[in-house]
Amino acid sequence: MAATLLDKLWQAHRIAPAGRGRDLIHIDRILLHDLSGARALAELAEKGYGVAHPELVFATPDHGVSTAPGRTAETFPAGALGVAMLREGARRHGIRLFDLGQDGQGIVHVMAPELGLALPGLSIICGDSHTCTQGGLGALAFGVGSSELAHALATQTLRLAKPRAMRVRYEGRFAKGTTAKDAVLAAIGRFGAGAGAGCAIEWAGEAVRGLAVEARLTLCNLSIEMGARIGFIAPDETVFAWLAGRDFAPRGAAWDRAVAAWRCLRSDDDALFDRDLCLDAGTIAPQVTWGTSPEHVIAVDRPVPSPDQAPDAAQREAWAAALAYQGLEPGRPLEGLAIDWVFIGSCTNARLSDLREAAAIVAGRAVDPRVTAWVVPGSERVKRAAEAEGLDRIFRDAGFSWREPGCSLCVAANGEAVPPGARCLSTSNRNFVGRQGRGARTHLVSPATAAASAIAGRIVDIRKPF
Amino acid sequence: MQRFDRVTGPAVPLLRPNIDTDVIIRAERLVGTPKDAMGGYAFESWRYRADGSEDPECLLNRPPFRGAPILLAGPNFGCGSSREAAVWALLGLGIRAVIAPSFSDIFVDNALQNGLLPVVLPEETVRRLASEVEADPDHARITVDLAAQAVVGPEGTVHGFAIDPDRREALLLGLDDVGLTLRQAEAIAAWQEKDRRLRPWVWFGAAAT
Repeated sequence: MAATLLDKLWQAHRIAPAGRGRDLIHIDRILLHDLSGARALAELAEKGYGVAHPELVFATPDHGVSTAPGRTAETFPAGALGVAMLREGARRHGIRLFDLGQDGQGIVHVMAPELGLALPGLSIICGDSHTCTQGGLGALAFGVGSSELAHALATQTLRLAKPRAMRVRYEGRFAKGTTAKDAVLAAIGRFGAGAGAGCAIEWAGEAVRGLAVEARLTLCNLSIEMGARIGFIAPDETVFAWLAGRDFAPRGAAWDRAVAAWRCLRSDDDALFDRDLCLDAGTIAPQVTWGTSPEHVIAVDRPVPSPDQAPDAAQREAWAAALAYQGLEPGRPLEGLAIDWVFIGSCTNARLSDLREAAAIVAGRAVDPRVTAWVVPGSERVKRAAEAEGLDRIFRDAGFSWREPGCSLCVAANGEAVPPGARCLSTSNRNFVGRQGRGARTHLVSPATAAASAIAGRIVDIRKPF
Repeated sequence: MQRFDRVTGPAVPLLRPNIDTDVIIRAERLVGTPKDAMGGYAFESWRYRADGSEDPECLLNRPPFRGAPILLAGPNFGCGSSREAAVWALLGLGIRAVIAPSFSDIFVDNALQNGLLPVVLPEETVRRLASEVEADPDHARITVDLAAQAVVGPEGTVHGFAIDPDRREALLLGLDDVGLTLRQAEAIAAWQEKDRRLRPWVWFGAAAT
């Protein structure tokens, strides 16, 4: 029978049934960070369980660490405990830790693909919902809570119900200036923040096949914002070329054997999906969120919707509350709206290609004096590579703050926050109430839109001169 | 894990869609807050005003909903971050069951690991329960009966719900998953032995470090 990629990935990790509704699934990689990872290690110790396969577990601090230049784990004192617990747990169990300042450290979903810890066909978990990012390489990657993380550490498995298979296809080609970020935000706007609940999303179509690997990671990153815990793209030659030679990728004959296996990781042509959705790639314009859910998104030149247009009473209330929180009036476009902050960073958009794209726009220009603008590279390697190319100089000369790798203003768990009431254009993935700081107003955008808007001091339509 | 059998009490109606785990518990509370202290910070951006005082307008602060064991919510409840502290915060607030048309998958798994019951009912039914509550907030009581797999509304209407039979049993008995899985240790080891030959690259035999 024709199989979806989900069927194949699931089958490859299914050890046995786990009771009546679930399967016992093997977990190939466990990634730990300083919040959930430290918590899970502590829980494990409390319950008296060991770590089944420390050689398959990797750790790095990213959430509760300052990104100020010259930072240490103690720069943000409240976060120092999580880092200390992570270090201690890693040492005790023999888990490889990529610590602050070391090659390999970074936002977990940036450093894992970069090191080849994530590979096509692997099952990968982390106590972090954006683990789905790594599905961009064709991995079965997903976020879990700390209890499930502890379960996986103790057993190298999880008891899981198989999700339904959803496919989202982008037909045709993206217009010039449309990024993976715009593409995925447009899908969330169209289908809703809960559309993928209970599903694994396979992102597909001609436009997706044409994306570079880093853009695929961006696309899959927001699978969870459409409600899907798992999102992936069938791996192809683009992915294999990108992975070849990475630190933890196989080499020599083992590489050839792996690639031969990875070539089978695609949905059969006649495979049936539980839900099959389609978008016209060519009509997607640069996107900006207006509200407090990623589904509150419009093209930059479209007017902000009115609660009167909401589909039902509960949505009407949610839209009105979102507009009030964001300090917006319906009927006006977001283009031209004055901004206070710009954040280029996060597991969504802090890879080298993102920084190059932003730097190309920023080069030779200056950030509007009313705007505080930050670039937080996604990993130590991204930072070093960007510095080797002189991107840090371009950003600094323009007035951006060039910082150390970490999650920073995406989640504001490290003492860094956008002030109350300030309007921030952010390349991250969540515009929830208070996400970037109490009372902070977030608009999610691509790195290009963020960079251009930092210069202009207002939200810019990058298709036009500014 | 805390057992779940049957809960009866007031139900607080918060039917807004997409209530995310960042709103349930702020990220900065994940740093250094003990599990059992999370309740104090649950929904803090809704429950407290800018000066730190309680907002009397917030339903969660008002009798009879203060301390209510049941939450009625809109679709996609618990979306966003995988933080399990969202579940600890709800439990800390006294909530034992959330009734909604749909939940985020990660939230459901986290809830079931901690004895918080997510109940899926059709959107119309959730709205009906909420309007029955709003018709007589001081006296309306809802029962969530896991053994019977049923919700009994304030006016006595019974609404059945579905749940994975193993998860139901685990909740009724207060069992957690690790013990169950360790019983399958032999099957896991045998599978891994075979996998080392099938997918050697997973196991780092060939990888540089």
